Amino acid sequence: MKKMNLVMVGNGMAGVRTLEELLKIAPDLYDITVFGAEPHPNYNRILLSPVLAGEQTLADIVLNPVEWYAEQGITLHLGKKVVDVQRRRRIAVADDGTEAAYDRLLIATGSNPFVPPLPGKELDGVIAYRDIADTNTMIETAKTHKHAVVIGGGLLGLEAANGLMLRGMSVTVVHLMPWLMERQLDEVAGGMLQKSLESRGLKFRIGAQTEALLGDAGRRVKAVRFKDGSEEPADLVVMAAGIRPNTALAEKIGLYCNRGVVVNDTMQTITDGRIYAVGECAAHRGIAYGLVAPLFEQAKVCATHLGEFGIGRYLGSQTSTKLKVTGIDLFSAGDFSGGGDTEEIVLSDPYNSVYKKLVVKGDKLIGACLYGDTADGSWYFDMVRDGKDIASIRDSLMFGQQHLGDTGHAGNSRASTMADSAEVCGCNGVKKGTIVKAIRDQGLFTLDEVRKRTKASGSCGSCTGLVEQILMATAGAGYTAAPKLKPVCGCTDANHQQVRDAIKEQHLLTIASVYEQLAWRTPNGCASCRPAINYYLISTWPHEALDDPQSRFINERAHANIQKNGTFSVVPRMWAGETNSSELRRIADVVDKYRIPTVKVTGGQRIDLLGVKKEDLQAVWHDLGMPSGHAYGKTLRTVKTCVGSEWCRFGTQDSTTMGKELERALWRMYAPHKVKLAVSGCPRNCAESGIKDVGVIGVDSGWEIYVAGNGGIKTDVAQFFCKVKTHAEVLEYSAAFLQLYREEGWYLERTVHYVGRVGLDHVKAKVVEDGANRVRLAERLRFALDGLPDPWFEHDKAHVDVRQFEPIAV
Amino acid sequence: MSNWKTICRVDDIPRLGARKVTRQSGGDIAVFRTADDKVFALLDKCPHKGGPLSQGIVFGDSVACPLHNWTIGLVDGCAASPDVGCAQRFSVKVEDGAVALDMAELAQPLPAAA
Repeated sequence: MKKMNLVMVGNGMAGVRTLEELLKIAPDLYDITVFGAEPHPNYNRILLSPVLAGEQTLADIVLNPVEWYAEQGITLHLGKKVVDVQRRRRIAVADDGTEAAYDRLLIATGSNPFVPPLPGKELDGVIAYRDIADTNTMIETAKTHKHAVVIGGGLLGLEAANGLMLRGMSVTVVHLMPWLMERQLDEVAGGMLQKSLESRGLKFRIGAQTEALLGDAGRRVKAVRFKDGSEEPADLVVMAAGIRPNTALAEKIGLYCNRGVVVNDTMQTITDGRIYAVGECAAHRGIAYGLVAPLFEQAKVCATHLGEFGIGRYLGSQTSTKLKVTGIDLFSAGDFSGGGDTEEIVLSDPYNSVYKKLVVKGDKLIGACLYGDTADGSWYFDMVRDGKDIASIRDSLMFGQQHLGDTGHAGNSRASTMADSAEVCGCNGVKKGTIVKAIRDQGLFTLDEVRKRTKASGSCGSCTGLVEQILMATAGAGYTAAPKLKPVCGCTDANHQQVRDAIKEQHLLTIASVYEQLAWRTPNGCASCRPAINYYLISTWPHEALDDPQSRFINERAHANIQKNGTFSVVPRMWAGETNSSELRRIADVVDKYRIPTVKVTGGQRIDLLGVKKEDLQAVWHDLGMPSGHAYGKTLRTVKTCVGSEWCRFGTQDSTTMGKELERALWRMYAPHKVKLAVSGCPRNCAESGIKDVGVIGVDSGWEIYVAGNGGIKTDVAQFFCKVKTHAEVLEYSAAFLQLYREEGWYLERTVHYVGRVGLDHVKAKVVEDGANRVRLAERLRFALDGLPDPWFEHDKAHVDVRQFEPIAV
Repeated sequence: MSNWKTICRVDDIPRLGARKVTRQSGGDIAVFRTADDKVFALLDKCPHKGGPLSQGIVFGDSVACPLHNWTIGLVDGCAASPDVGCAQRFSVKVEDGAVALDMAELAQPLPAAA
């Protein structure tokens, strides 16, 4: 079959990213031709500032060398500008007469610098700041000339000014507006920025209106004249007064443009179905984006449609800003101006040059403006983007994530001060230098890509914050923004909540029907989504949806924990950690009979038998004669208890009995993630109830219940939930809380993350304040658990495929 | 010279699952069955850290290793990018629902440990 022709006009970051995504999905669908007006292959335009500042070289910032195009079979026309497209004949024509026929045309012409209509703008030495040629002009000029004037005190202007200054020029920034970077900073932060840049040697003319550029006899610029009649000497004038979507070609060929080439949610131009547009030239819902993260989201969507996958819509992006001037940290996102019905939380320390403003509306963070200390920028940005409920952390919000105890964010901008040999990811042994190299060499832009290529933060995730910092520091602005609604996995665009909602609303009962209803891209999912969907089905429709063992991780399929050498570990259940001589005798006999190499007491007050061969599992379970401890599942694990009032001279409540009652009521309970409980008989809290999903502490007058604690990767102290009087109440409140988590939690979300996402108030409203709802929740859990088999003994009923325990011998 | 021996029926392998086949010479073999009843055989040893692939989750024409979640292609035995490495492949013949392996191929000595 003859391939279709795809012609791309423009050879920049958004366009080439679209091709990369397309080649991943449909490598053989198109013969691809690319026209680029610049004589360079695709390079990282964002890093022009570090090049100008002398921190990187041009070679460092090439993303796709010419060989890449050849390897992909792409016909590349460099230095050829497309000047016409004959839409009826479907032919693109370049300025040198080169023609290319297309079935699909992709317009990625980017943007042009906006040059104010000043007298003298055509003089030698007057340039914009947009591409490699401009950058080279500036570098060369700085070698021979002294005075530079930058018109425009926005992001680009300041980066240009800083670079020129570092190259030895005396630089004055002219800015019409009342403070610098007025679109990204408020007045206070803008003022601090100016002060800091002045101390480095930049000069400013704030509020000054430029009237004309004056030339010398050789038609080279020599000065800038202002409205008030004053003049500033200038051998070089850099116009950085903003950018405008480059729509010259699109307009010429009759595509509807309005602040960009107007596209729909699939990035298709609304005028011509064969023509798509992405990047800075495209106007989506009235917005033309100028930052890289949204452009990459657009590229992904566009690629799926060009690849005839026909899925995915671009819904717009929230953006954030960082300035790439070494040593100056500023960050802003969302609506940071405040006013109206918003409230502002402000921290200002002029002496240390730290300023932070958080804008809150209701229970949501809607904007942030940070100066001096931006370590928490991406954390705030995530909250703005996801519309997270911040009521419960509002008190400490200003002090950042570190204050909340995330190990990954310890230290202000720790990433930049780390040595290359320092280990970032302890799980996978990844050093900082490896990450930086991967980001540079392979042109990585997102956390997911870094994770995939280097494995950093791919396991426990506790270093995610640090990896993000390294990514920001290495790759520059705007890279960190992940898609707003994170899909379950690469098989789908649906997120966890959408999947849960669809299963409930459409009464879906099988994995196949979920995949069909939500248009999964893969026939039977992957190792990430199938276990999640299986859990959602059985937790939403207990006794109705059928559990699918082949969609469970091996541990939940074999009902034992796989170890590094392929053997398994077995943990029998000991109700509330209490055992007796006959159980211990049977355990000892099993250890001898099956030559089990290691016997270990667990943190959950049980005994772990390690190194059991899979073939022996059934016999081991049988000989133990003890219930499954479910130590292998996303289930109720253990209820840890202290001895309690029966023996302890300090005990005020019978914690062991309470623990047994809880464990007997809740065992066999599957959940989004593992669930651990503890009951302490007095406030000395020997059972460590403060770091459990549900922690119960006995007091004189009854029991205090704490929820959403976690002793894992990052320790989170459980939050006080309520105080009750009786055992029956402890059982009911605990069951109701856990059922709410089972129904609303996302797969692999621990209670701490679930409660963090929905807010403790929400959980309290449903469980503590609404008694009738609490009873219903507890009843639903009782119904779900009613009659569930013990998988160690009732294999058929528990859908345990016993064939797995018998290898086939040849 | 091939020497085909029937080891089990296709239905003896769970759909989207695997069975482990042991052989005298050591080096277990994992025999997989996909959703559309294709059958593949690989050395039961992930090229990463030797995890038993027969215990992994099967999806599409791939299996996810149970130890560190590498994705191994069933057709070629090779890890999906960016991971690198391949598990040895074995020929499989399916006739009238009977799964056969080539004993001659199985009898060959194990390649030196990677």
